[in-house]
Amino acid sequence: MNSTLAILAVLDGISYAALVFLVSVGLSLIFGVLRVVNVAHGSFYAFGAYLAATFSLAVAPLSPWLTYPALVAASIVIGVVCGGLIERFLLRPLYGRDDVLQLLITFAAFMVMDNLQRLIWGVQPIFANEPLKLLSNISVFGVNYTSYQVLLLPCVALLTLIGLRYFLRRTLAGAVIMAVTEDREAATAIGIDAKRVYFVTFIIGASFAALGGALALPTTSLVPGMGADMIVLSFAVAATAGLGQIEGTAVTALMIGLARAFIIYIQPEFEVLVPYLLMVMVLLVRPYGLFGATQLRKI
Amino acid sequence: MQLLKTALAAGVATAMLASPVLAQGKPAEIKIGITTFLSGPASVFGVPGKAAAEMIAEDINKKGGIGGVPVKLSFVDEGAGGEALVSNYRRMVQDEKVDATFASISSGSCNQLVPVAEDLKVMNFMWDCGAASILETKKYRYNFRTQANGTPEMLAVLIYLLKMKPDFKTIAVVNQDYAWGRESWEIFSTALKAMKPDVQVVAELFPKFGAPDYSTEVSRLLALRPDVVLTTSWGGDLDTLVRQAGQRGLLQQSAFVLAIGESSIQRLGKDLPEGLIVGARGDHWFLHPEKKNDAAFKAFNEAFKAKTGSWPIYPVYHMAQAFSALQAAYDKAIKANGGNWPTHEQVVDAAAGTEFATGFGRPVTLRPEDNQGLEAQLVGVTKALPGYEFKVLDNMMVFDPKAITTPPGMRSVEWLKTLKPEFVKMEVPTFKQ
Repeated sequence: MNSTLAILAVLDGISYAALVFLVSVGLSLIFGVLRVVNVAHGSFYAFGAYLAATFSLAVAPLSPWLTYPALVAASIVIGVVCGGLIERFLLRPLYGRDDVLQLLITFAAFMVMDNLQRLIWGVQPIFANEPLKLLSNISVFGVNYTSYQVLLLPCVALLTLIGLRYFLRRTLAGAVIMAVTEDREAATAIGIDAKRVYFVTFIIGASFAALGGALALPTTSLVPGMGADMIVLSFAVAATAGLGQIEGTAVTALMIGLARAFIIYIQPEFEVLVPYLLMVMVLLVRPYGLFGATQLRKI
Repeated sequence: MQLLKTALAAGVATAMLASPVLAQGKPAEIKIGITTFLSGPASVFGVPGKAAAEMIAEDINKKGGIGGVPVKLSFVDEGAGGEALVSNYRRMVQDEKVDATFASISSGSCNQLVPVAEDLKVMNFMWDCGAASILETKKYRYNFRTQANGTPEMLAVLIYLLKMKPDFKTIAVVNQDYAWGRESWEIFSTALKAMKPDVQVVAELFPKFGAPDYSTEVSRLLALRPDVVLTTSWGGDLDTLVRQAGQRGLLQQSAFVLAIGESSIQRLGKDLPEGLIVGARGDHWFLHPEKKNDAAFKAFNEAFKAKTGSWPIYPVYHMAQAFSALQAAYDKAIKANGGNWPTHEQVVDAAAGTEFATGFGRPVTLRPEDNQGLEAQLVGVTKALPGYEFKVLDNMMVFDPKAITTPPGMRSVEWLKTLKPEFVKMEVPTFKQ
């Protein structure tokens, strides 16, 4: 592999990692704060993509530039409505009970949403690439790339990472979330409404998944089952990073994106295995993930 | 009054005597159990297939049924897969007591259900699955394939490519990483090696089934610059690949072959450029050059479009073929039985070797040696046509199934290895749009 191909692989890897990070960070955030492994996260991704398609196709005739706000609006709507409903009515009654129940209830939500998706949007692939068409291609060593994939998506991912860090560490709301994450009982004792924190955090996490789906829309076809594929990959990223690790998720997504891109150039047979091989290797050495810390067990 | 009653009784008795045995033996309905994808990515085929089945059954029943008996359908979702699919299939056969089954779309499902159908002694039509090996490795009595298999489908596309672009030197493949993606490439590459051994395969890419992103594959192909890029992908995967390749200029750089791309043409709309080679996975296309002016064909297409909003795609025609085969088998069995209603075994006997008209292409024969359907293959190249929002097929070739189907008793890969470069010189009728 020469240096030209290596640069192409890096660009491909970054572009892929950006999207994976956006979805995985929501999963990681929810686990970090609520301690819930949310299987329905893949459905938020799929619903975000489908609703973004509906919004985009509706506003594109007015102005193609309106499709960008349409992507963001769709993410927020899915985060607030789907995320809010699931947290309030499915998860809240189960806090403090066996983790398996949370796993099962989010799996049930995933199955229900998967069927709802088919009922609402049908089974034929949907595509809406107006946002991508608005941005030009750039040429790297004679190979065309879309600006959307190699510039816009990584920028959004980077801004998300910086914004999330700032929010959690430099704002009062972020400090409240961090306090509940550290010790829910103590936070409640000083007057923090932990239920509200859980509710808001779940909505933010769900919105990130939906944003990942919405931003994937211009480059991919939306098909039944797309949520299931993404949830598996997101789990691999979040587990490799260490559940709840925001920065770790970014680094792991980048590692997986780059490894996948290089393997396609060198030995494409192993493409599908790459994220999971990485996960297994990391977890064998560091069971809490690359950035996870060993936790004391309360007895 | 008494006279009227006597006359009525006499009339009824006469009517009963006129067709006594046929009327006595007839069941109330012919039950057909169908497995099709109602969930998952392959529902892009399964749902139109189901819509077609319902439409055709309604039409058959309006016309009096098969041999005067109405048909009744029940469906099982192939998306459940594995043991659930087998259990549901068994339930359908043993509890609902269906008279025939149409199973399935996926070759994996066919591999699972064919032995079950044989075990349960129920007549099964493999209505859409393409793995050639199923009928090549074992002789079945109750299982038939009512369309072609992957071998003639790939071979037709390859011959078309060699006729249209005889001087290409390099090829790359981008197929979905599952049974069909691998097997179709094995068929294609084996035949290519036999007929044009100087071609170099520069990349064999098998991205994950359902992959949302092909950016890296596209980058690699842009860097490699192969003369030809082949893909046997389908559904959303094919749509995504074509669009991502088009956005980055790959469709303009290399000659693209969409081996079973007919089902994506309408969805891809204006994103599909002219000049791509597209296979129809059989002898059907809603603007079929030999049938496009046929009133019944047009009526079927328009009825399907009115029902679903889209022109029929190949699983719709494959479903129709299964119904045509069933009707032909029953008609033949009734005739062979002297007009009496046949037993299930008599219908199975009749199905072997049956030739049936599809109404949208050339007749299909269920080859008696292995129950494999001999179906012609239509391949064309994309072209813009006024009045359509998507590309249609031009320079269509319709391949004779006898010339491109593996002879009975042989394995496809072994037969393909025996092909010579002269094989490509076969005469194939070509039609302009």
